[in-house]
Amino acid sequence: MDAGHGGVLSAPGSVVVAPIRRPRRRVRLGRWEPLVWIAPALLVVLFVFGYSIVELVRQSLEHKGKWVGLENFRLTVTDPTFQHALEHNARLLIAVPVLVLSALLLAVLLFEGLRGWRFHRAMVFLPYVLPIPVVAVIFGQLLQLNGLLNQALRGLDLGAIAFDWLGDPGWALWAMTGVVVWKELGFGVILFLARLLSLPAETFEAARIDGARFWRLHRWVTVPQLGSVIAFYVVVEAITMVSWVFNYVYVISNGTGGPGDATQVTELYIYQTDFQYSAPDLAAAAAVILFAATLVLIGFFFRIQRRTVGATVE
Amino acid sequence: MNSRVAGRLTKHAVLLAASAVALFPIYVMVSAAFKTPTGFLDSPFSPPFHASLHGFRTALNDQFPRWFANSVMLTSASVAATLAIASLAAWGFSRWSFRGRDALLSLLVSLMVVPPVVLLVPLYVFGADIQWTGTFRLVILIYVGLMLPFSVFMLTSFFRTIPRSLIEAATIDGASSWAVFRRIVLPLSAAPLVTLGVVNLLWVWNELLIALVFLNSDDSKKTLMVGITTFQSRYNLDVPAIMSGLTLATLPVVTLYVFGQRFFVRGLVSGALKGE
Repeated sequence: MDAGHGGVLSAPGSVVVAPIRRPRRRVRLGRWEPLVWIAPALLVVLFVFGYSIVELVRQSLEHKGKWVGLENFRLTVTDPTFQHALEHNARLLIAVPVLVLSALLLAVLLFEGLRGWRFHRAMVFLPYVLPIPVVAVIFGQLLQLNGLLNQALRGLDLGAIAFDWLGDPGWALWAMTGVVVWKELGFGVILFLARLLSLPAETFEAARIDGARFWRLHRWVTVPQLGSVIAFYVVVEAITMVSWVFNYVYVISNGTGGPGDATQVTELYIYQTDFQYSAPDLAAAAAVILFAATLVLIGFFFRIQRRTVGATVE
Repeated sequence: MNSRVAGRLTKHAVLLAASAVALFPIYVMVSAAFKTPTGFLDSPFSPPFHASLHGFRTALNDQFPRWFANSVMLTSASVAATLAIASLAAWGFSRWSFRGRDALLSLLVSLMVVPPVVLLVPLYVFGADIQWTGTFRLVILIYVGLMLPFSVFMLTSFFRTIPRSLIEAATIDGASSWAVFRRIVLPLSAAPLVTLGVVNLLWVWNELLIALVFLNSDDSKKTLMVGITTFQSRYNLDVPAIMSGLTLATLPVVTLYVFGQRFFVRGLVSGALKGE
């Protein structure tokens, strides 16, 4: 407590023993002091987020500086390319359950502490630290019609399933989904494993002594313990699929979202509309829609974040 | 007993398969980087028995060193600024309680998930208005802004764990809040600061979208990630050259990962679990 400070110095007795130290000159900020510390961060955040979001909404309601109401939104929503982009983001969400289940399996296996688990942990996590553009270029090379994957398939006499993974509109988005899963899986594994390692060992010992085998042990003991971390991962990955896949799509499709618009996603749509077709008003409208979609997810994120933080800080 | 052995084998097999799948594309990248173009076409999967530096020479003779330097500059400047600004703010949030503090912190946390593409449309107009597009300073400012929410959140949760008594004792001794921050809080926070630095380094180094929008027009201003996408179309028949470029771009990140694995893990997990 700051109040105690003056009290100690002016206590009778101390005055006699020691000459009162002249208090160092100090700027008295009083209750405004925290604001001074926060101000630099606040200013930057207000500019990057606050200013941008206000401007974005204004821009989305105007055309060449003139108020047009919801016209930009009407044009955007009725644009088939935009509809495809939204649909593709929705389809990418299929990756989320795949990610959760695979990450759970791997985390549980690593948690068993088999020989070499540390090595496997390092390997499984590695893709997550690689730059997405790098990953996208490598997979671009691997998945081309005459790329490495198909050469291998043909070499194994499996030429029949050597599809044009990135060039065939039916396959391109699935191939993309696969790349995203490859890259994002490590995050889930590390997250789940970190949680498992932080749990008291007795939980598992008791169940083991009871004779619970692999499947039952993990289904009824391990997974329930991971509830909040799984929820967190689901929300983070859902946000990724809806609004953070630009890098994959841009690099793999060379900025086109192709073939045709088979891998078009909302972010790329906004980017193209603004920077390639120079229609910032329409891009702003699409961005507002994407922002609204993320707001919903932010709501979930927020509730889970709070629950998880609350649950782990004992 | 037998089924137990079979179970163990299956588990090992699954882990091995997962590691192989994770590693294979990286193996292809590194091994192709050391081949000649014809050597790569002949045997794309084999290890590079006759190692050639053709690819690396091509990459280094192009603009690669320039892009590398740009990335180093942008990354170090924006991460340093973020750490400084975020620790000041985190101290403000954790030392004093004031009205609206929790609401402000919550708002900050929720900003963590705003997709950058949403902010780019107005920021680009702004940059053009004051003629800052194509400058590093605007990009650094945006990077700092995007990293701040998570950074402030993480440091605040850590600062809160510093024993109150330590701070009070210093205050009673007449230390100003700056002195407490400088001589007590920061020295105690070395580990979380390193963790945060590593996570942010990773993010900026790998960032593509913003660099693409603001630094794409001038070849000498590009970052590595933008450069890579240029490089891919420039050398689309010379796979070893592309892979050498990718290897060079990945090297700093992987080095950081190898030497600082625990910082990575701690930092990335801290968003979900508690601050530290």
